[in-house]
Amino acid sequence: MTTQLLFAGFGGQGLLFAGKFLAYAGLIEGRQVSWLPSYGPEMRGGTANCSVILSDEPIGSPIVLAPDILIAMNLPSYRKFEPMVKPNGVLLVDSALIGEQSARQDISAYYIPATQLASDENMPGLANMILTGKLLSVSPLLKQETIPAAMAKTVPARKQALLEQNLRAIALGRAA
Amino acid sequence: MPIVFEKPQGLTNAPMHYCPGCTHGIVHRLAAQALDDLNLTGQAVGVAPVGCAVFAYNYFNCDMIQAAHGRAPAVATGLKRANPETIVFTYQGDGDLAAIGTAETVQSACRGENITIIFINNAIYGMTGGQMAPTTLPGQITQTSPYGRDVTKTGMPIKVCELLATLEAPAYIERVSVDSVKNVRAAQKAITKAFQYQAQGKGFSLIEVVSTCPTNWGMTPVQALAWLREHMLDYYKLGVYRDRYAGEVAA
Amino acid sequence: MPEKVLMKGNEAIAEAAIRSGCRHYFGYPITPQTEIAAYMAKRMPKLEDGCFLQAESEIAAINMVIGASAAGKRAMTSSSSPGIALKSEGLSYLAGCDLPAVVVNIQRGGPGLGGIQPSQADYFQATKGGGHGDYHMAVLAPSGVQEMFDLTCLAFDIADRYRITSMVLSDGILGQMMEPVTFPEEETLNNAVPVEKSWALTGTHGLRPPNIVNSLLMDPLELERSVVERFARYGEIAARETRWEEMLTDDADIVIAAYGATARIAANALQAARAQGIKVGLLRPITLWPFPKAPLLELAQRAKAFVCVELSMGQMAEDVELAIRCQKPVLRCTRTGGVVPSPDEVLAKILEAAKG
Repeated sequence: MTTQLLFAGFGGQGLLFAGKFLAYAGLIEGRQVSWLPSYGPEMRGGTANCSVILSDEPIGSPIVLAPDILIAMNLPSYRKFEPMVKPNGVLLVDSALIGEQSARQDISAYYIPATQLASDENMPGLANMILTGKLLSVSPLLKQETIPAAMAKTVPARKQALLEQNLRAIALGRAA
Repeated sequence: MPIVFEKPQGLTNAPMHYCPGCTHGIVHRLAAQALDDLNLTGQAVGVAPVGCAVFAYNYFNCDMIQAAHGRAPAVATGLKRANPETIVFTYQGDGDLAAIGTAETVQSACRGENITIIFINNAIYGMTGGQMAPTTLPGQITQTSPYGRDVTKTGMPIKVCELLATLEAPAYIERVSVDSVKNVRAAQKAITKAFQYQAQGKGFSLIEVVSTCPTNWGMTPVQALAWLREHMLDYYKLGVYRDRYAGEVAA
Repeated sequence: MPEKVLMKGNEAIAEAAIRSGCRHYFGYPITPQTEIAAYMAKRMPKLEDGCFLQAESEIAAINMVIGASAAGKRAMTSSSSPGIALKSEGLSYLAGCDLPAVVVNIQRGGPGLGGIQPSQADYFQATKGGGHGDYHMAVLAPSGVQEMFDLTCLAFDIADRYRITSMVLSDGILGQMMEPVTFPEEETLNNAVPVEKSWALTGTHGLRPPNIVNSLLMDPLELERSVVERFARYGEIAARETRWEEMLTDDADIVIAAYGATARIAANALQAARAQGIKVGLLRPITLWPFPKAPLLELAQRAKAFVCVELSMGQMAEDVELAIRCQKPVLRCTRTGGVVPSPDEVLAKILEAAKG
């Protein structure tokens, strides 16, 4: 079984971080994983995306062209990648930033005002993890008990204070 | 019979290929003598340039490497960083150091690399047959400035010591000449001091030696020395341009 | 079992160098390899004798490598395509001086300033020399993050053993991607036994004649002799160090040849083609120089056609044609400029090859 995920939005929204969290979670669960960022001069503000693959087989191309799961965090990314989601795939949209809704009937779409929720709950910059939390509630991708361990790996040692906040954002997303 | 004068141990017995009257031989000797006097020849690693001194690796009786054109200070940086206990020097001409290798020269000086650079300024590219150098004087005739160096088109010659003396890091920068016994003695003192500074870990030093190229200047050796005194020393003033430790060390 | 850590390919290269005993790194910033320099900048100052130096240019960096290598130390520089072009003078000098060194090229699109997206368009530059003169580098092409680590370790060993420059030739995908990596125990690294470097410039200390590291030989016969001797060593490298991997080639009618990141894309296409009943296999050169000519020639006796998948206009394809002596058609599946082919594009080319 192979799951291809794509996180797409602006640089600075924590797309790479969210992807890294899932990659670590996959690693902890003993799966093959790959994580590939788009890279370039747009460190902040430009469109950016991150391909993550979790698989039980050796991973070929690390580039996700047709995602099983798409997390879209800005309109250009939504428009670009929504049509590419595989049939029976999952679409998660930050509806605080993206006003459109998918007309596709062959995918499961979820609309969470993640950026608004993050702002309301005083967790700026954690819309990424709210969406990730929602993903974990609608998809059997990961085991619940993997999450804290994966987060501990993902948050840099010198920023462990952020660990709890990230876990809180995931919990918030689950409930959203 | 008592020996009153001999070749320094720092030089090999290989006959030098330099033209008659060329001052490279004198400067080689001064560098080798300095290493001998400081008992550093066994620790020394020299970097030969591209230019007339390319064969310097045959003449210095210490470990030697031949560097690409202009890159000697970068090679010396690698050598010194890898083996800080060695005494690393480059021996470069004006084209090598002040044209193609300007970046390596300036940046190694800026970093204060603990190396010694011996810079031969004879205002011309010697090995390739006498082309205009970055240090060629205004109006000076060379193969590539046949009507005399036109400063309106090629700018004024680079004063390397003055340029590098604007940097914070270099420990010691002096311009000397080898046109007279007095100046040869002064040059010996300067080169010795530069090596001494390196041995003491004081950092970057560069000794510019205002030199002659009788062959490509189209002069006899004696005429060349006179021309050096008359024209070069006026533009390239001898003296200490930077000495961060002046007074600290009895040279 | 050592722990698996997630790491970027670029970081894996840097970690491999450190674990291989490299303590001298000289570099200059260029995308997409900057993580190597950043990693070295962080780690080297914490290591005994560790030296990280950001050089003033690519040219200076490779010459610093020359200096450190001449001093007998393991030294490395890394860059991306335009920066490697700048280093090519130094690569030629390294060859002429018979100095060991490791140079990493995380390729990006070209020519000129090109772009920053992944590319394999420096294949000719890497495998045919790059700089002036008759010479080769050992060219290693990892196709995953673990291999970025493993082949960098091997690169240092090959460099020391044969007094040659080893180039790790990779691309922006592999440099930027993260995958799990396991580090071998120190003693299992091949480089546990250091190579004697009696030629190193460490000062004579009055105990031996001077060592001279030099590539200038004015006598043509002497220069020729030195080049011929070097090529004899290249022959030895070809005999002992050629590496490749084959996947499902036993019954293959179609053989894909691809290296690095494109080999992974090709592997996806291979599975899709097999699912359609097409007998397709993959040969992945791990060393691009020496090139795995013999296994390709052997496959040419059974296969109907070859498909070369590359992020260039078809540079390696020429070596495949040479290796198989043009006995079978070699189709090109190429994208360039930073564009990466999809597995579907590769599949389409396989189908075209299968039709004959």
